[in-house]
Amino acid sequence: MTTPHTAPPAAAAAVPETPAVPKPSVLRLDPAARRVRRTELWLLLLAMAMVAGYLAAVEANMLDTVTMDFWYPAGVLTAVFLALHVVIRLRAPFADPVLVPTVALLNGLGVGFLRRLDLGRAKIDDRPELAIFAGDGGKQLLWTLIAVTGAMALLWFVRDHREVSKFAWTLGLAGIVLVLLPAVLPGSISEVNGAKLWIRFGSFFAIQPGEFAKLMLLAFFAYYLVRKREVLALASRRFLGIDFPRGRDLGPVIVVWAMSLLVLIFEKDLGTSLLYFGMFVVTLYIATERVSWLIIGLVLFFGGAVLAYVLAGAVGGPFTNFGQRVDIWLDPFADPYVRGWQLTQSLMGLGTGGMFGTGPGAGNPLLVPEVRNDFIFAGMGEEIGLFGLTALLALYLLVVSRGLRAALAVRDSFGKLLAGGLAFTLALQVFVIIGGVSKLIPLTGQTTPFLSAGGSSLVANWLLVALLLRISDAARTPASTGGVRR
Amino acid sequence: MNAPLRRVGVVVMVLFGLLFANLNWVQAYKGNDYRTSPYNGRVQIDEYDRQRGYVMVSNPGSKPIALSEATKGNLKYLRSYPGGPAYAHVVGYKPVNGTATGVEQLENDFLSGTSDKLFADRLRDIFTGSHTAGGNVTLTLSKTAQDTAYKELANNKLDAKSGAVVALDPNTGAILAMASFPSFDPNPLVGHDSKATAAYKKLEGQAGNPLLNRALQETYPPASTFKVLVSAAALSANRNPDTPLQAGPGYQAPGTTHVIRNATSSTCPQEQMTLKEALTVSCNTAFARLGVDLGAQRLNDTARAFGFYDNSLRVGNLSATDRGLRVSESVLGPLTTSSGGDDKPNIAISSIGLNEVRVTPLQNAMVAAAIANDCSQMRPYLVERLVGPDLTTGLYAAAPKELRRSCSASEAAQLREMMVSVVENGTGKKAQINGYVVGGKTGTGTADEEANAGSDGWFIGFAMKDGRPVAAVAVILDDAGKGGSGEAARIAGLVMQGVIKDKGGK
Repeated sequence: MTTPHTAPPAAAAAVPETPAVPKPSVLRLDPAARRVRRTELWLLLLAMAMVAGYLAAVEANMLDTVTMDFWYPAGVLTAVFLALHVVIRLRAPFADPVLVPTVALLNGLGVGFLRRLDLGRAKIDDRPELAIFAGDGGKQLLWTLIAVTGAMALLWFVRDHREVSKFAWTLGLAGIVLVLLPAVLPGSISEVNGAKLWIRFGSFFAIQPGEFAKLMLLAFFAYYLVRKREVLALASRRFLGIDFPRGRDLGPVIVVWAMSLLVLIFEKDLGTSLLYFGMFVVTLYIATERVSWLIIGLVLFFGGAVLAYVLAGAVGGPFTNFGQRVDIWLDPFADPYVRGWQLTQSLMGLGTGGMFGTGPGAGNPLLVPEVRNDFIFAGMGEEIGLFGLTALLALYLLVVSRGLRAALAVRDSFGKLLAGGLAFTLALQVFVIIGGVSKLIPLTGQTTPFLSAGGSSLVANWLLVALLLRISDAARTPASTGGVRR
Repeated sequence: MNAPLRRVGVVVMVLFGLLFANLNWVQAYKGNDYRTSPYNGRVQIDEYDRQRGYVMVSNPGSKPIALSEATKGNLKYLRSYPGGPAYAHVVGYKPVNGTATGVEQLENDFLSGTSDKLFADRLRDIFTGSHTAGGNVTLTLSKTAQDTAYKELANNKLDAKSGAVVALDPNTGAILAMASFPSFDPNPLVGHDSKATAAYKKLEGQAGNPLLNRALQETYPPASTFKVLVSAAALSANRNPDTPLQAGPGYQAPGTTHVIRNATSSTCPQEQMTLKEALTVSCNTAFARLGVDLGAQRLNDTARAFGFYDNSLRVGNLSATDRGLRVSESVLGPLTTSSGGDDKPNIAISSIGLNEVRVTPLQNAMVAAAIANDCSQMRPYLVERLVGPDLTTGLYAAAPKELRRSCSASEAAQLREMMVSVVENGTGKKAQINGYVVGGKTGTGTADEEANAGSDGWFIGFAMKDGRPVAAVAVILDDAGKGGSGEAARIAGLVMQGVIKDKGGK
């Protein structure tokens, strides 16, 4: 692309021209939209049937019988997702039909697996009586209700994704505040397992503001980079054969990025800082179309990582934590019972699963530490094996590719950048946590999107999906039906 | 912006490809390593998912002394030992963390069901989906003899704080009783929570070392029981029970000022007595002099012929003699000088079983057993039968093996004659059993042969019926003080009566 300031309307050309029809009413969808929504409905029912099957298999293995209770979680999930489906029909009739069923399947399997963990913790005699909203699984089910309600609200009230850009500065500021807050708050409120990224209300309710800050900052990046992309791409100074943008154009973005990184170092959360960095570099690259940004980003990142590791050995201090993580990654069996315990047990779980797994409910995932959060993928891996995990990876890849497809198809630059950034952020998060628990990269604390127990992560990721739905609806709405609604 | 978006798509594909490749590595390639890794708690859970087999005594129809029962915990089956402390050293225990001991360790594969012998059962499990229990082990132990041995050790009349009993079937080498005192309750050690480790730590540090199997692993000075071996050496050197020996109140070996005396001044003050008489009254001076006359070489050869210096002996399953419960080596100590000649002062004192002569209770029982069985010393063993999970399919039965020839049959007959005299006329009268011919030898001693206080009490012996051996036994009461050997003889008699009772009086 030599002329980056004009986005080619390739997507618009790809949409078949249809004769002008009246604006579709609530009840009478455009035939094209009806086809799309029908696909979504069937895929959704298929996904829910799979979740029900999973729950039944869990009961068969853990109770030696299938009680009729296994329907309840699947039934509640189905009801919730059908409600979302109805809202999509009304408010985003052309939205991508694959997104919701895929995410619903991940979400449902997550609820099912957490319920399976609850069953494993319960005494054998108490297992058949495990209430539907009891334990982590029940909590996750409730959070699913809240998260999907949030997604429905976003679709209902935000009729056009470009409305988001009106609040970009507010969102950027709010994002910074949310990121800052746990670092400023006393550790008794914000610290869990050594990472200061929580805000706790009382004893059982806590949110991770970083999960929401991620979305807000991304919206701000997208808005700002769209505004400045021409300047960033054209008005530059050449240095060492690479074009560098002028400082004053890049200033605000650098400030946001540096601040969030600094704060995250103080919050001792490497995973999130890596996520922000990747998110930032990639949106910058998409906006400017300059490979040099990717190169600079990668060099900065790997250089920084190596430097931090060297400093950990030489200086210690704030780098000690990072150094330890790398050491554990290099050889988890050097200290298998203390520092390496989490990772070795994760590998034991994955390895025990082997190719086909022990079957849902037939393994011992509770031997893996933090199996409901960071290590849920390893816990599931024991029971569904390499084949099952590969299927989960495929589901994630499907969500990401649908997000990228929406980015490609949508006509406006803000939408492209936002959708592309959201999709890539999701992919990066999956890579960081799954790579971490399977010893591909050093382990950094992250939730596994849609699977891990935790309300903040679930709500934030469903909002992400809602945004992708909104953008994909804009991308797929035929121009003749009014194009992008204004 | 579409070109960079497409490239981002490629990057995502690469990232997911890396995840996929790595999962293949971890789950498929390394999967088996991780599945069986010692760091993998599932190995234990699997092990405890199958009901471990019984350990039983040889008495038909008696209750198991080790069994597993279902619990509702994460580890499904809990091991328990109804046999309690009396059987703890033989059966051992199988803790959740750490290594098993005793028969639990020796026959672990069979009890846990992973043995090749149980392949058919495992194969059937694949089709039925059930988990067949492990195999069952029947020991050679005779219940009455074992119970008597431990009960009498624990309640000995001299309040001795430790001791051991070994009873053998001289015909086969089967261990009919093997008790070590003090013992321990193995049940707390196999619990599924952290209390098990605490219980083990407590036992480990306990005075008297209850975890030690004294019958196999502790060595003691044999004291006067060693005179049986010196007698055997004498017979091999063309002496006979009637050969006159020089006795007397004191003996000073050439090259030392140390005078060896008798236990009491009335033991053998006369100048001369026969070998048989000397053994009957346990005459120290006669045997010290006899040992010096026989020389180091002959004493060593005889001791080896009866099982001394055998550091490879394992007691367990006769089909795998390299596995089993380890037996400490019994030794004579130094009998020669640095130039190679006889060290007469040392030989003199070693000939009455003191100085640096050391035997395990098992070794001393094997001496008695060999003599009872015409000097055919059988390999001692503990595992009589291996039975399938159904309790009927026999998968192994012990085939007794001769370990070595210890002397000639005629010499054995002469030794028996002399030992019977000990029980009928001499120091071992308390071991007598109505209707049986009992032979034996007592022993009392410490490193200082004249100080009877704080000394060990020994008895080794055998019971015969119709010219056939019924049982051989060794009993030691450590630190029993005065009367230790008499109490040991009494216990030995009771243990042999236990064997006779379990054999139906035959």
